[in-house]
Amino acid sequence: MASKKRPVPEINAGSMADIAFLLLIFFLVTTTMDVDKGLLVKLPPWTEESSEEQDIKDKNIFVVLVNSQDQLLIEEEYATLEDVRRLAKEFIDNNGDGSCEDCRGLRDPNSSDNPKNAVISIQNDRGTSYKIFVSVRNELLGAYSELRNDISQRKFGRAYDKLSEEDRLTINEVYPQFISEAEPVKIGG
Amino acid sequence: MPFKKKKKIETPPVSTASLPDIVFMLLFFFMVTTTMREVTLLVKLKKPQATEIQKLQRKDLTTYIYIGSPKSAALGNEPRIQLADQLASVGDVQQWVILQREEVNEAERPKFTVSIKSDIDAKMGLISDIKQELRKAQALKLSYSANPASSTEEMFKAYR
Repeated sequence: MASKKRPVPEINAGSMADIAFLLLIFFLVTTTMDVDKGLLVKLPPWTEESSEEQDIKDKNIFVVLVNSQDQLLIEEEYATLEDVRRLAKEFIDNNGDGSCEDCRGLRDPNSSDNPKNAVISIQNDRGTSYKIFVSVRNELLGAYSELRNDISQRKFGRAYDKLSEEDRLTINEVYPQFISEAEPVKIGG
Repeated sequence: MPFKKKKKIETPPVSTASLPDIVFMLLFFFMVTTTMREVTLLVKLKKPQATEIQKLQRKDLTTYIYIGSPKSAALGNEPRIQLADQLASVGDVQQWVILQREEVNEAERPKFTVSIKSDIDAKMGLISDIKQELRKAQALKLSYSANPASSTEEMFKAYR
């Protein structure tokens, strides 16, 4: 028996937008677009024996001590967090032996020879708070980025982060970054 | 001169037929960009502030280590380490980081980064222990996770 062809009723698509909206709102609410941000650091490779036996002249090391009371001692003098950046910049940019043409340091013979030899060492106690450690680390990185920015403005007339990869490398050669995070020791307090 | 009364031109109703398309487009955008929170935090976490921060571009190349005092009061106040969904001890870090790195494809392993998300009140002793474990695991790229501060003054203020 041939059945009579019945017309298929058209589906009403008017509510499609509502459904889509519902889903949209769900994803809008659950979405988190937070990108993780932080201070990028490179750790030295693991060695069994402590390799502290390096021949670095005393004046080429900038020691920042943070004790368990979160007090700072920079180059054997008391300091506050506000001083860190300025002192670090003076140390890096000092250019004692005059081999760095782009530096504008004070050329103090008792401070670092040139930025390529300057090493910053941050030493902390086991009881030092994470908060101050990050702040100090931030200031030290800030000292380098300020110096790199200055030279970038002088040489290329642009900020460091607007430079091309090559130009950035030439600047990094002038101011390479040497920050060492020593293993914590008991430094009193 | 006789003014002819202007015939009112009716504005045609705006067609809403393309509305679902627009909404779908937005929907797909959010479906693609969305990431559900992968872990439930078991520790209290208040990140420090910093100005020199850099974005971690690739989420799939990053592993997170959370540090803070446990939320549940029964576990005391001493800061603990959280790896993925559970609390762990320092000894577990090395193994765990190695396992996490195995999941990254081989060409991109050098870019593998560990992000330490630590509470501001954690002590450096614990964090240094973790750093040593990371060095043993040859995971040398590290990020101290921090919230952006608009200026150093603001950062110092938060410190006091």
